[in-house]
Amino acid sequence: MKGLKIIVLAKQVPDTRNVGKDAMKADGTVNRAVLPAIFNPEDLNALEMALRVKDQIPGTTVTILTMGPGRAAEIIREGLYRGADDGILLTDRAFAGSDTLATSYALSQTIKEMGKFDLIVAGRQAIDGDTAQVGPQVAEKLGLNQVTYVEEIIQIEKSKITCRRRLDNGVETVKAPLPLLLTVNSSAPDCRSRNAKLLMKYKHARTVTERQEATEDYLYLYDSRPFLNIQEMTVNQIQSTPEQLGLAGSPTKVKRIENVILQAKDAKRLTAADEGINDLMKELIESHVIG
Amino acid sequence: MASSNLLEKNIRRMDNLFVYCEVEDGVVADVSLELLTKGRSLANELKCQLEAVIIGSALKEVEKQVIPYGADVVHMIDDPRLAPYTTAPHAAVLIKLFQEEKPQIALMGATPIGRDLGPRVSSALHSGLTADCTSLEIGDHEDKKAGKTYKNLLYQIRPAFGGNIIAWIINPDCRPQMATVREGVMRKQIINANYPSKVNHLEVSKYVSDTDFAVQIIERHLEKRKINIKGATIVVSGGYGVGSKENFKLLYELADLLGAEVGASRAAVDAGYADHERQIGQTGITVRPKLYIACGISGQVQHRAGMEESAQIISINTDPDAPINSLADYVITGDISEIIPKMIKYYKQNTK
Repeated sequence: MKGLKIIVLAKQVPDTRNVGKDAMKADGTVNRAVLPAIFNPEDLNALEMALRVKDQIPGTTVTILTMGPGRAAEIIREGLYRGADDGILLTDRAFAGSDTLATSYALSQTIKEMGKFDLIVAGRQAIDGDTAQVGPQVAEKLGLNQVTYVEEIIQIEKSKITCRRRLDNGVETVKAPLPLLLTVNSSAPDCRSRNAKLLMKYKHARTVTERQEATEDYLYLYDSRPFLNIQEMTVNQIQSTPEQLGLAGSPTKVKRIENVILQAKDAKRLTAADEGINDLMKELIESHVIG
Repeated sequence: MASSNLLEKNIRRMDNLFVYCEVEDGVVADVSLELLTKGRSLANELKCQLEAVIIGSALKEVEKQVIPYGADVVHMIDDPRLAPYTTAPHAAVLIKLFQEEKPQIALMGATPIGRDLGPRVSSALHSGLTADCTSLEIGDHEDKKAGKTYKNLLYQIRPAFGGNIIAWIINPDCRPQMATVREGVMRKQIINANYPSKVNHLEVSKYVSDTDFAVQIIERHLEKRKINIKGATIVVSGGYGVGSKENFKLLYELADLLGAEVGASRAAVDAGYADHERQIGQTGITVRPKLYIACGISGQVQHRAGMEESAQIISINTDPDAPINSLADYVITGDISEIIPKMIKYYKQNTK
């Protein structure tokens, strides 16, 4: 079977999993500066799934597509170090304030510019929003079938793909025709680590904007090594209507945000001392809460 | 039953509240009944109808499960190819039905099905969708910039950004206003076993085409949930602070003794200390036990969303200022490896 053209949708996210006490500023807004920006975990599962297809079917290419600010080029480099062939950073002020629908629109309009493809693979959801909406919405906008929560591709044959889905209460095996969009669950295999050779090859990979800002003396490399150019696309390079982009293209609006303020209850305070715990257990037994 | 129904006398109106009901083996999912209950009270507030949508196979009399929750209309579409669930045909039905009926609100469970279906439908209709809401309310909105006032919008309330904030999301201009809600977040309540309702059987061929069946299910292995945290009267729950899978055994020991179930925070699940099916919180299970014992749980808002209605809460934490302590009736400051064995010891002593 001839190689597939695979697009991996990925997002750079603030690491919200281990948020420290300094994550919120005194004025109640989020202090993004203290949160490390990472490759969204399930998008790494998605990348691994794509790379496994590439390992199996010669001629397969894996392209990472991400939308975000300039620094999101970092996750494309992370993808290149792991075996992706290339990447596109979609970045423009016009996309600022996008909800999931406006994001899906921008991504799907970009994919339309990327030519023929066989498979789109995305993480199930991003940890900064947990919505799990962008994958299915991109599929809808491109008129593709979707298979969500995939943990393994079992077979690709005669332009049909068989995969196993992980549901809350079990598993399901489905067969679907290509082209197709998959979203990948965290139960799928973890992504391989960076490959040392690829790290050497791609460590100077930069977008055009990054190159303009760089002062390093290896700028001469980019003419002779085209693979070091990370493609950057702006709103001008896709077909779009302004009403569907960014804040204007987002049906959902944030009406109000409230910092979480806890009104402490009048709690009984104890330590590990025996007497207190003995009394607590007695109290709970006597009030029939336990026992 | 339906002859005395006001609906038949009145002109049918649009602008109603729809709930997509999930059915497995002829049984309507709890989350759908919970949403019908919430939908009923929102519909009363909005003075609109509550309408249920049931898509599946062999649905004879399934409507009887939803009518007692106050559905004024039940739309049913019954075809052997519509179960088990696949995305495209169910999405096709909802998209066309919503185009015809123009609901103002559409709710579905934040289940594997609802989270697969909702975004597809919202994309096709260009309507806003908010995932995993922990509360739904009706309220107004003033857009000062545009000089516009919106009456009776659906406030879709959910924790956001790692649980550091609570966001009120609205969809001022697009309909339907769509939201998903996890099982257990709302409570189900029958309002009238003989609620007057109208059943509307839809014709499959008008809504679904053969090309919608391109994805085939080859095999399914569904298991009944082995553990029943939602129904437990006592929950012993562990967080990242438990420190290891090994330490979690202490929680199981205490739970066994008290007849409790073991839950976990997302951080503990992510760290591999406990299985995903035990996760309590916004993206897990919501519980309302008599007693919730939180061990080494810091208490981010997403976790609290899943347990804050517990009747009594004990927090065991090395950090005397852990956010969860503000919910607790008893705060024990110290190490769980020291405290839980003592709880076990004194429980045994006092129940002899």
